Amino acid sequence: MSTIAHTQKRGFAGTVWEYLTTVDHKKIAILYLLAGGLFFLAGGIEAMMIRIQLAVPNNDFVSAGLFNEIITMHGTTMIFLAAMPLLLGFMNAVMPLQIGARDVAFPFVNALGFWLFFFGGVFLNLSWFLGGAPDAGWTSYASLSLASEGHGIDFYVLGLQISGFGTLMGGINFLVTIINMRAPGMTYMRMPLFTWTTFVASALILFAFPPLTVGLFMMLFDRMFGAGFFDAAMGGNTVIWEHLFWIFGHPEVYILILPAFGIFSEVIPTFSRKRLFGYSSMVFATVLIGFLGFMVWAHHMFTTGLGPVANAIFAVATMAIAVPTGIKIFNWILTMWGGSIQFTVPMLWAIAFIPSFVMGGVTGVMQAAAPADYQFHDSYFIVAHFHYVIVGGVVFGLLAGVHFYWPLMFGTMLSEKLGKVTFTFFLIGFHLTFFIQHFLGLMGMPRRVWTFLPGQGLETGNLISSIGAAFMFVGVIVLLINVVVTQVKNVKVGIDPWKDGRTLEWALPSPTPFYNFKQLPLVRGLDAFWIEKMEGKTEMTPAEPIGDIHMPNNSFTPFMIALGLFIGAFGAMYHVDDKGWALPVLIIGLAVAFASMLYRSIKDDHGYHIHKEELLDDADKGGTR
Amino acid sequence: MANLQSNSGEPKVNYEYRRKKSAEDMRMQVVTFTMMIFFTVIAFAAVGAGFSKWFILPFVLLLAIVQVVFQLYYFMHMSHKGHAVPQFFMYSGILIAFLTILAFLTIIWW
Amino acid sequence: MAAEEKFTPQTWPESPEQATLEGKNKFIGFWLFLGGETVLFASLFATYLALKDSVPSPDHALAKDLFELPLVFMMTMLLLTSSLTSVFAMYHMKNYNFKKMQTWLFITVVLGFGFLGCEIYEFNHYVHEYEHTFTSSAFGSAFYTLVGFHGGHVTFGLFWIIALMVRNAKRGLNLYNAPKFYLASLYWHFIDVVWVFIFTVVYLMGMVG
Repeated sequence: MSTIAHTQKRGFAGTVWEYLTTVDHKKIAILYLLAGGLFFLAGGIEAMMIRIQLAVPNNDFVSAGLFNEIITMHGTTMIFLAAMPLLLGFMNAVMPLQIGARDVAFPFVNALGFWLFFFGGVFLNLSWFLGGAPDAGWTSYASLSLASEGHGIDFYVLGLQISGFGTLMGGINFLVTIINMRAPGMTYMRMPLFTWTTFVASALILFAFPPLTVGLFMMLFDRMFGAGFFDAAMGGNTVIWEHLFWIFGHPEVYILILPAFGIFSEVIPTFSRKRLFGYSSMVFATVLIGFLGFMVWAHHMFTTGLGPVANAIFAVATMAIAVPTGIKIFNWILTMWGGSIQFTVPMLWAIAFIPSFVMGGVTGVMQAAAPADYQFHDSYFIVAHFHYVIVGGVVFGLLAGVHFYWPLMFGTMLSEKLGKVTFTFFLIGFHLTFFIQHFLGLMGMPRRVWTFLPGQGLETGNLISSIGAAFMFVGVIVLLINVVVTQVKNVKVGIDPWKDGRTLEWALPSPTPFYNFKQLPLVRGLDAFWIEKMEGKTEMTPAEPIGDIHMPNNSFTPFMIALGLFIGAFGAMYHVDDKGWALPVLIIGLAVAFASMLYRSIKDDHGYHIHKEELLDDADKGGTR
Repeated sequence: MANLQSNSGEPKVNYEYRRKKSAEDMRMQVVTFTMMIFFTVIAFAAVGAGFSKWFILPFVLLLAIVQVVFQLYYFMHMSHKGHAVPQFFMYSGILIAFLTILAFLTIIWW
Repeated sequence: MAAEEKFTPQTWPESPEQATLEGKNKFIGFWLFLGGETVLFASLFATYLALKDSVPSPDHALAKDLFELPLVFMMTMLLLTSSLTSVFAMYHMKNYNFKKMQTWLFITVVLGFGFLGCEIYEFNHYVHEYEHTFTSSAFGSAFYTLVGFHGGHVTFGLFWIIALMVRNAKRGLNLYNAPKFYLASLYWHFIDVVWVFIFTVVYLMGMVG
């Protein structure tokens, strides 16, 4: 193996093979973006179908049963297969560069994490073609999901189990990378905010996914092997699922929002051309949100009858989270204060995010008041609330990130003009869709209903909401056009395309060399690249002489491990139906997975070295700079 | 590459010092093990002897916690330096574990 | 290649498991994984405690009818001792004594299989003598899931250690495999930590009701 193989042009098949076997965090980031983007479109189409069905009263665009499947898959897909992978994609693309690392700590595991997520997601979505999707809501509450016929819930359980393993691996990987692989001088308190939020979100992944794993196993045992965890007739208790799900589920929403906060914390200082206001309080608030995130899960269960003491404790803990979040909001505003603001597309998203997210936060505090929650619970008010935080927070963050980091990932610049069109449509559509839903909820429209009757005052609100959804849809289509147009034009940009990049990732040449840093940079403070630029330099001061660089080898094994589990999951699922072929399929699948793991652990893989001479050669040809 | 952690330029002296230190460590491990066995025997004996439930429950739980602390700090070397990160994450895990178990014991009652 | 460099006891570093960046990463990563495992087992314990003695009809066996001290005591001794033998193995790893390390790992594996044998006998006993099965009650499901998850970890640990011993039998210790041995031993200790709580919470506390 030598570096030549990596720099030469490849045919189509070669490129596909490269991506199937890659362990490079930058390429895995692209894979995450691609797969997450596809699932985002699938979830978006499901959302459109929901809004078409609810546009007018007594509609029969879809049947009631199909409607249940659509809402379940919309929620599950958007959370597990779109938002989280897209954020993991940005973490992969940006975080190692921000801390001055040559790759993540475990490149192989990184690839494995992606393929597990991907196959889990494909497995879940295949349910549409194999007898019906899960239909018990994204929370899949036990009594309902145990009664659900067909294999829908089995697809949910096995698919999430597989993709959950992938996410857990990703989380551990990022934590170790940040702990062990920061460049010389990059202390914890000099880390960019996106790295900090990646760190805290990864810690949440580490502790939140095991309860989900356990809950999913129990659901699996109950449905497939006759266990009685959630079956009251056997002495089981259905509330156990709710607890396990929300012990995972509440940190999960912080896993989503914290990295989005991180993206905004990069975008706002860049385009205000000002240092982030209150950096250390931002770090403190991030850690505190992560910490409190584990103590509030029961606020999703106020109406299950936990008792007044438990409800009071969880209500107070929930309201407490508003404090660190408020700190963040004020810091962002004060970063912009007096700055020389440039209204680029990422900045527009960041500015729109602040009021939108605050609205979601305020309704959150309203629901935290347990007695009031008895009224809001399971109404459209809740739907409005969590779409305000997840779309107004996470999706805005993702869209800001796509525009902001596109030049870093692909070496081209998305069109600002089309970006502004997307922004206008999406922002107007978003508020049209969800603002009115607060009032629909307060007027008594329950969540997850298939249709509603005329003459109850719900028609206008629902129609407005559906029109808003169409606006959002147009916004996303324009974004897709933007992506295609940009890649076809293929106008390459150079170093520091936004001109005001502050952190290390913008100090790298474009496209980023596969080894990232020829020499590890010396970090002299927060916003390392900005410091150098202020002293009139154009590049970072190296912290080491040019030397050999150790690189990991590509590997097809991660794909095989994930494929094995994917095949095995089909065997496990159809085994319940007494199908003769199911058991062999299960065994073959697991055998493929375990044999691949054994192969990985037995075969030595020391990687290879890029030699000093090759690096110097590269420099002579102007390849890197 | 060799001897990254050596404090002394003299490999021989350093080597002997390390051998001695790890032999001492090992003696400590054996003492730990003896105490763990001792605690286990006491715990089983307390149940076997049929003391009151309100004595046994906290007593065996306490013994288990002490034993696990030994296991973590001596057998798994968490007492050694360079274990700040493992400690932080283990304690975070233990805190969440505690909250989970507490919740399941108190607010699942029907 | 640096990772396969040959050493003598004199040149062998003090913490071989953390002498390379790869080793350091694995060391931290594995501890984080154990932090996650703590929460995993906590969820299982919590479920078990919530469902303990929760049976569909009064004629089902309860915890105090099932458990017997001598067998559990023997299993505990086997696993505790195996924890000590794996400490011995790591002691010899740090002293660059490959043969002795392999010997102690072998003893660890034998003890581990002894434990597993007892557990299989125990489960079999409950199923046939008391009709206490995985599907007979929520209590049964929770019991077998908690103890079975631990048993599964023991099985995985045994195969892991065996694979390491066989793979490295001919080439001895180097900085590439030292972290692997070290992690396997950490894993084995963690299994023992979980068992300490299982024998206390499930068996001892189960017997007094």
